[in-house]
Amino acid sequence: MRPPSACSARGCAHQRPSAAPLTPPRPSRSALAQRRAAPSLPALIATHRAGAAPALPANRGRRAFLGPCGAEPGAAVMAAAMRRLLRAGGRRGAALVVAAGGARSQTLRLIYTTTAAWKKNVAASGPEKYTEAFIKKQIEEFNLGKRHLANMMGEDPETFTQEDIDRAIAYLFPSGLFDKRARPMMKHPTEIFPEQRKIQWGEDGRPFHFLFYTGKQSYYSLMHDTYEKLLNVQKHQDQMAAQDLPPQKEKKNLVGSRWLTKTELEEMLLEKLSDDDYSRFIQLLQKLVTSPCGNIEENYIKKFSREISAQLQKVVIEPLKHDDRGVAFSTGEGERKTSRATVIVYDNGTGKITVNGIDVLHYFPVLQDREQLLFPFQFLDRVGKHDMVCTVSGGGRSSQAGAIRLASAKALRSFVTEKEVEFMRQAGLLTVDPRVKERKKPGQEGARRKFTWKKR
Amino acid sequence: MPSRARQYDRPASLPAAAPRLYSSLPAPVPAPAPAPAARSPGPGADDRLLTEPLSQPDFFNVKELFSLKDLFNARVHLGHKKGCRHRFMEPYIFGCRLDQDIIDLDQTMDHLQLALNFTAHIAYRKGIILFVSRNRQFCHLIESTAQECGEYAHTRYWQGGLLTNAPIQFGSGVRLPDLLIFLSSLNNVFEPHVAIRDAAKMNIPTVGVVDTNCNPCLITYPIPGNDDSPTAMELYCKLFKMTIIRAKDYRKQREVFHELQSKAEGN
Repeated sequence: MRPPSACSARGCAHQRPSAAPLTPPRPSRSALAQRRAAPSLPALIATHRAGAAPALPANRGRRAFLGPCGAEPGAAVMAAAMRRLLRAGGRRGAALVVAAGGARSQTLRLIYTTTAAWKKNVAASGPEKYTEAFIKKQIEEFNLGKRHLANMMGEDPETFTQEDIDRAIAYLFPSGLFDKRARPMMKHPTEIFPEQRKIQWGEDGRPFHFLFYTGKQSYYSLMHDTYEKLLNVQKHQDQMAAQDLPPQKEKKNLVGSRWLTKTELEEMLLEKLSDDDYSRFIQLLQKLVTSPCGNIEENYIKKFSREISAQLQKVVIEPLKHDDRGVAFSTGEGERKTSRATVIVYDNGTGKITVNGIDVLHYFPVLQDREQLLFPFQFLDRVGKHDMVCTVSGGGRSSQAGAIRLASAKALRSFVTEKEVEFMRQAGLLTVDPRVKERKKPGQEGARRKFTWKKR
Repeated sequence: MPSRARQYDRPASLPAAAPRLYSSLPAPVPAPAPAPAARSPGPGADDRLLTEPLSQPDFFNVKELFSLKDLFNARVHLGHKKGCRHRFMEPYIFGCRLDQDIIDLDQTMDHLQLALNFTAHIAYRKGIILFVSRNRQFCHLIESTAQECGEYAHTRYWQGGLLTNAPIQFGSGVRLPDLLIFLSSLNNVFEPHVAIRDAAKMNIPTVGVVDTNCNPCLITYPIPGNDDSPTAMELYCKLFKMTIIRAKDYRKQREVFHELQSKAEGN
């Protein structure tokens, strides 16, 4: 839904009402790259549109950052953007203008990069880059770009949400890349730039935190505070013992909760932790919780524990239904390999089984398959008491038989007591068989079979 | 006097410090450096602020904070067994009783007075003081002490390049500590703490409590005394905290006084 261009000649002075182009997000740090698998693109990248020629030979050896060049009257816009970038950030990389010839228009592509892509040490260079002013500017640019994007898409800038932005970007810059995080994105700067530590010391050079010189001030400060809580608890315990009062025995139920994971703790402290550090912290918390008067510090401990949602889901056994003849029936579904079966088991039957409209003797001529069908009924001593109507598709004869067996066992649950359901479960009648065909691997003839070994 | 070269990027707002002195003679008045407008007292008042405490040997009167009886009650004189004795601690040992070394408390008194006096001067000049100890038993106590007197503590695992590689570890423009106080100069494997050597490398003065099994060599102001008893450690923490707070309060007082004076002169 791109607005048509008034003129497509190169160098035309036609300025669009919104002169500033979409501002691309700044390149992300390598620390961000380490934390997330793939960093966001340095800029919005336009794919090669039909007609856009590949870059000129001058491009060789230079790292590329492509500005937005999808729009056709972008030539003038591109020139403005190029001038802006060259003025602002030329010290950090090569700025090269590549004129890409196209069938319809010649677009100027800016090629620009920064050392952020390969620089390793974040701490030494970090704080200067992400200053408050910088982030604020990024947020302003993002909001401006959001409005331009909304105008471009012909939508209302006031009610343009993040989902609309994502859809618009996906439309304007379609990408065939598999990893979602490698595709062009336009997000709020707080989501792109990680929350970084600002400079830790004041004007006179004195650090703000008293544990600054340890290197891991947040972590050690946390250990210090937790240990202080532990000392409090021990003091309280001693006081209770001195007054001959029994220590409180109401233990907090730890079953439904878990401690913070290492990643969550790192996010909380804004600091990298080692595994040993993390385990030491958890051990200290455990000690605090398991000590007799530990519930004094419950509020403090709550900050580091999370609820786990109920994992066990009670399987609901459906009640019996009755058809118009008054006969009770129940349905079940089963699968095995690639077969899928649905089964209806009727009460007051004679043991008649119909599969896909065909009698079982004709559908399953092999005894083994019919034994499989019979197994649930035999297990529950209900061999001649039920009728069964099945539909099955996919797979071969053995897997279809297994699918029907599972489906009929599931249907029979409704007819039977809970204890017998438990017996069935233990017998393996209610478990889906997870075995599927193993894939063939390259360099081998089959999944396991290797090619014939020839001595020479 | 050589200027301190270890501060990599000196903030421009700090005035040039007076040269460090090792005696109690009054400092020669330095040439009036152009002080930036941010500092409240004028350039002349700045010199007076810095040179005033250097007029007397025990300007902050740290002697009154402790007595020999206090040291004895806190079990500061108790050393380790004879077999653990370090050769260089022999001058500080009074004697040996039932194989246990007893530290000479008269010498300890003198050393403690010098050390506390030096700490007070550093605190008066707004220096950064770092408490170091690797004794797990007193880690929390020392950190709390440092927090209460507004200084810094490091009672955890010492990362190799903290002092020698500070711009890389912390970022450029970091200011290093001006004094290291060791409340236990050994680490957990009974070897001298790495920070003693690093501070000597970086020309940072050190104050340290040295027990009979410690090496007092590289420590600028050693304090022979017990570093294992809780009572002794609590006493040291209390003494250092009181000196630092006293010196800082005095400094605030003098700054306010000079400010008022300069205002009055201005009017």
